[in-house]
Amino acid sequence: MKIDIILAGVGGQGILSIAATIGMAAVDMGLHLKQAEVHGMSQRGGDVQSNLRLSNREIYSDLIPRGQADMILSVEPMESLRYIPMLSKSGWLITSTEPFVNIPNYPPMEEVMAEIRKQPHHIALNADQIAKELESPKSANMVMLGAASPFLDMPFEKLEKAVHTIFGKKGEEVVSKNIAALRAGREFAEKNR
Amino acid sequence: MQRMLLLGDEAIAQAAIDAGISAMYAYPGTPSTEIPEYVDHSKEARAKGVVTHWAANEKTAMEGAIGMAYAGKRTMVTMKHVGLNVAADPFMNSAITGTNGGLVVLAADDPSMHSSQNEQDSRVYGKFALLPILEPVNQQEAYDMVHYGFEISEKYHVPVLMRITTRLAHSRAGVVRREAREQNPLKLPEDLKQYILLPAIARRRYKALLGLQADFIREGAESGFNKYIDGKDKRMGIITTGIAYNYLLENYDDRVVPYPVLKISQYPMPRPLVEKLVQETDEILVLEEGYPVIEELLKGYLSLGLKVKGRLDGTVPRDGELNPVIVAKALGFPVDEEKCIPEVVAPRPPSLCPGCPHADTYNAINECLKDLPKGRVFSDIGCYTLGALPPYNAINSCVDMGASITMAKGASDAGLHPSVAVIGDSTFTHSGLTGLLDCVTDKTPVTVFVLDNGTTAMTGGQISAGTGRIDQICKGLGVEEEHIRILKPLKKNHEEMVKVISEELEYKGVSVVIAKRECIVELNKRMREKFKNKQSS
Ligand SMILES: Cc1ncc(C[n+]2csc(CCOP(=O)(O)OP(=O)(O)O)c2C)c(N)n1
Ligand code: SF4
Repeated sequence: MKIDIILAGVGGQGILSIAATIGMAAVDMGLHLKQAEVHGMSQRGGDVQSNLRLSNREIYSDLIPRGQADMILSVEPMESLRYIPMLSKSGWLITSTEPFVNIPNYPPMEEVMAEIRKQPHHIALNADQIAKELESPKSANMVMLGAASPFLDMPFEKLEKAVHTIFGKKGEEVVSKNIAALRAGREFAEKNR
Repeated sequence: MQRMLLLGDEAIAQAAIDAGISAMYAYPGTPSTEIPEYVDHSKEARAKGVVTHWAANEKTAMEGAIGMAYAGKRTMVTMKHVGLNVAADPFMNSAITGTNGGLVVLAADDPSMHSSQNEQDSRVYGKFALLPILEPVNQQEAYDMVHYGFEISEKYHVPVLMRITTRLAHSRAGVVRREAREQNPLKLPEDLKQYILLPAIARRRYKALLGLQADFIREGAESGFNKYIDGKDKRMGIITTGIAYNYLLENYDDRVVPYPVLKISQYPMPRPLVEKLVQETDEILVLEEGYPVIEELLKGYLSLGLKVKGRLDGTVPRDGELNPVIVAKALGFPVDEEKCIPEVVAPRPPSLCPGCPHADTYNAINECLKDLPKGRVFSDIGCYTLGALPPYNAINSCVDMGASITMAKGASDAGLHPSVAVIGDSTFTHSGLTGLLDCVTDKTPVTVFVLDNGTTAMTGGQISAGTGRIDQICKGLGVEEEHIRILKPLKKNHEEMVKVISEELEYKGVSVVIAKRECIVELNKRMREKFKNKQSS
């Protein structure tokens, strides 16, 4: 078994919190893991991505080979498209629809969405809005992870447990808000797949 | 022992703590920064009294480490690849002095220049200095090699160079720790003349270093880091260095390569293993993460003998980092490159954070210079280099740390007036001071902007040696007091800034304008900490 995920977003959007949660669940399942991150210049509002690889046997390359990613999980719609060449033919594109506009030439949203809809397997959701409705605006990334969860070959309880472990220090309320966000994202994906 | 999920950088830092270093010396630089940061934040390191010294630059860091090892203790010094240029003088000479306590020099290279001005390969420096070089294949080997590096450093009394690249530095994987070693006691070298590189002593010590080369080659053949993995198909032999090995195996589903493979992770090269590969196969493919160092060596200047494929004949691109697909192509596998990035996707370059003090400074400088011909602002390296991009388009150079002031001087010497330098506080103390002294000595007409945002922001906010007292430093160097001007870069101060800057641009001598306001990211970090402490008390 192997899961190769491209996590995408803009520097400062905190995609590594998603990676940390999946990573925690993977370690709990006794899987091998490699996770290449972007540090440095691009973190100042540039495009950032992380290659997250899980497998039940030893992983060699830190980078996912082009065309072999099982999933693009993006917290920003235009950024999800930047990694299309990485995605395998059967791979899923999971993205938030909330644009992060910090460049003057951001393309019209209709064009971005049209391109996303062209993808044979995609889930697009406004994670920010869902998080706000749950009165937990900071949990948008967990909504995204929830939306990705039906397509990850790992039991949902393992992800919930990882959320418990990671947010445990911050208190029960933060944990339950993030669990709610995770479940809301999953529910959306189940209904819209 | 315990399995930890660590970045390559963190694995190296943990290994240094476990191998019994007494101190870490560093100047930050991507992709090396997480090593000293890890030690700095490690409770374990603190309990053991292991200090992280954030040095003014890589040269002072390297010299600090040489001194610590002179006193018998183990130490590591870390830097990015271009940092080794700055530290090259002490590095080269440390090979001649040799060492007393264990000394590992870590250089982190950045092929593809993700966050750098060039993609120089530090292995060239290691060979230049005639020192052993270690180049780990993965996070676990990085951890193990730090232990081994200190062992051979103390066995042969030489510094050891460890070279990593971005992908290993910034990728996380499981690492198993070893039992921790005790630190060394304070113990000066037996020969108190060892470090006096007067010609008579230096000649003797250089001969001793030359004499060790055969031992270094033997170590490389015996340590187990260099491996010969046989294969049935002798039409080709493959040499990989560092992480290139991973990209090779990634291309075979069963992880079995049909060709004989020589995995190299330690230099000088294991001569017997290279000879075996050359004798048994028809041609050699070299997969190197970095410059074609081994490839050039095997090929020879006139390529008369061996058939060698790699970066020089186009089998692999001449520049940039490797990846699984580049290696697939080199192996002759078909690669599906049908899918491209959709056209709607716009580039998203990095940019100054909203509210960044550098933005207000550039707006003021731009206004003051708007009526003059363009091309007179020499800048430097840091967040403020992003002033090169729209909407600012404010600077004309970024070469190496400190070059802003000295290039402005040179251009001024050539007759350019006004000639402007823009430099950050950390870069100023890294290597701007000496250039400013040159300006003072020659009374050169230059206007130097020191952007004091209280931190080394570009690399994530490390201590900056001179922040808050840049004015005193400039005064000490001999800049006239009335031409040291301090401004607070804020939108509401725009008019005042323009007035002061215009005055200084007109002055035909050395003037320094200090733009002083805290980096927004650091300010937010500080506020969060304060809030957290308040809550917990
Ligand atoms: C010789 C060398 N060492 C380190 C670096 C990495 N580096 C680039 S910018 C920078 C920090 C700059 O800090 P500062 O001058 O205070 O500017 P800021 O980023 O805070 O605006 C560092 C350490 C480098 N490029 N070259
Ligand atoms: S990190 Fe600080 S100095 Fe760098 S761009 Fe952001 S606010 Fe400016």
